[in-house]
Amino acid sequence: MSTTTSAPPSAAPLGESSPLASRGRGAPGTRPTPVGRTLRYLAILLGVLFVLIPVYVLVITSFKTGGDASPARAWALPHTWTLENWQRAWTALAPALGRTLSLVIPSTIISSVLGCLNGFVLSRWRFPGADIVFTLILFGMFLPYQAVMIPLLQLVLATEIPNGIPSLILLHVVFGIPITTLIFRNYFETIPHELIEAATVDGAGMLRTFSSVALPIAIPGFVVVGIWQFTSAWNDFLFAVFFSTPRNGPVTLALNNLANGALLTDYGVSMAGALLASLPTLVVYVLLSRYFIAGLMSGSVKG
Amino acid sequence: MRSRVRRYGPPLLLISPSLVLVGVFVYVLIARNLWTSMTDNHTAAQANGRKDVSFVFLENYVALFKSPQFQHSLWNLVLFTAVFLVGAMIVGFVWAWLLERPLPGGRIFQTVYLFPMAISFVASGVVWRWLLNSNQGDSATGLNRLFQMVGLDVLENPWWNQVTFGIAAIAIPAIWQLSGYVMALFLAGFRGVPDDLREAARMDGASSLQMYRHVIFPQLTPVLMSAIVIIAHMSLKSFDLIMSISKPANYQTKVPAVDMYVFKSSFDYANAAAVGTVLLAFIAILIVPYLIQQHRERTR
Repeated sequence: MSTTTSAPPSAAPLGESSPLASRGRGAPGTRPTPVGRTLRYLAILLGVLFVLIPVYVLVITSFKTGGDASPARAWALPHTWTLENWQRAWTALAPALGRTLSLVIPSTIISSVLGCLNGFVLSRWRFPGADIVFTLILFGMFLPYQAVMIPLLQLVLATEIPNGIPSLILLHVVFGIPITTLIFRNYFETIPHELIEAATVDGAGMLRTFSSVALPIAIPGFVVVGIWQFTSAWNDFLFAVFFSTPRNGPVTLALNNLANGALLTDYGVSMAGALLASLPTLVVYVLLSRYFIAGLMSGSVKG
Repeated sequence: MRSRVRRYGPPLLLISPSLVLVGVFVYVLIARNLWTSMTDNHTAAQANGRKDVSFVFLENYVALFKSPQFQHSLWNLVLFTAVFLVGAMIVGFVWAWLLERPLPGGRIFQTVYLFPMAISFVASGVVWRWLLNSNQGDSATGLNRLFQMVGLDVLENPWWNQVTFGIAAIAIPAIWQLSGYVMALFLAGFRGVPDDLREAARMDGASSLQMYRHVIFPQLTPVLMSAIVIIAHMSLKSFDLIMSISKPANYQTKVPAVDMYVFKSSFDYANAAAVGTVLLAFIAILIVPYLIQQHRERTR
């Protein structure tokens, strides 16, 4: 890959880390005409419009007063901007936001560490059959959780792990293993063999090679995996709905309850709540989009 | 023998916790689920173990596939997947093509196109429920109101609130949310086309369009395959979006994943498990060949 020009050196071994970076030099081809370029921009802006229309609706509705939400003014800017919806959404969601943090942080850390161990072994310290094992683990990434949900409920019940956040941590750790293993395995594949081999020639055992050589170079991998796990655990709804209630579950469940609970939806409060619940992952995305994309790509394209 | 243990013992030990967890939570539970789906575990008393269950083999599956209710779910799933897949492929591909060559502001557009991936289906469901409101005429809000405002009243429609084709409306937010992902996949594909190929085509006097058609697009076939597998399997699993836009009890928008939730809620564990297994079978048909092919490439 020669597209790492804009990537920080530490991220270089990720290779695919900047698959969306523009080519370093102009692509060969015919010179674009002014008309062609204008048409291209117009088409791009059409796409931007499609993507941003829901954002416009979310923002204006979240600042509207109840009386301002009549159908005739559905698309208009608020008459008077109010923070009331935001305050009510905050009151309704704050406890769930806190619980989501206490769910997301431990499950992200634990599944990243497990993924790093697995990725290292499956890439650099292969045992016979390692590739078969890897493929069997990978299948877990595509598993429709509905196909294990009933026995999973019974299993969690049997372990006496309380419903709500504790059992959700367990589930996100376990079902995070396939993707974290995949990302770390692909990451270690990109690291020159010589680095690891040098350590083993020096007589270092596997654990020492891992902790003194592999772990330090795996930091960009941890960023990618961490963002990925953080986002997917934060946004999870399926496990939440089966293993928790709006009173002890994460914010997706509380938000769904806020938006769908009453007979008549208060769209002002729900949309403020939707924005509130999305802020953490959006901030992470905006600040670290390169790593976010790297995770996205390794979740699909093999190394 | 001792050297083999010394060589392979530590790595196996290191990954054994993960192997045990994945082995139990994926493979043992799949088997256990298959067993439950072949019993008559249809009541709360049986679900709680207060009443015995007995083996009925494929009875639940036969009943499911015979019931018009479940047939409607399958129809919805097929329609939803078809619209979602085709829509996301076209939009994602066009976006990638538009942004493939360097362009001032190109990165910003990519970031905008991809941002819906970062938010949950539940959050986007809130706004899409409003946009896809089925009210028409004076009480219309959402997209129907927007159509009135721009003089396209003919486009007003009940969206998802329609029995046969309603589910297709819910594919629109799905396309909105995942086209950016497809774009990212195709962009990586475009980047993978060697510059020599483009150069050679240009030397041969190919026009820009000819170069794309005959040189670059054929190179994107593997990416297209990956994208189809990924989007199709997500579509088969779709649950969050449908739950947040519609309601589990709505006949218009039911799909197997929603049925599974409804069965579980009424303690009909046998049917819930059977629906889960049906979903697993659909996804396995799609995923297993893909994983085997990737496995072959790795070991070659």
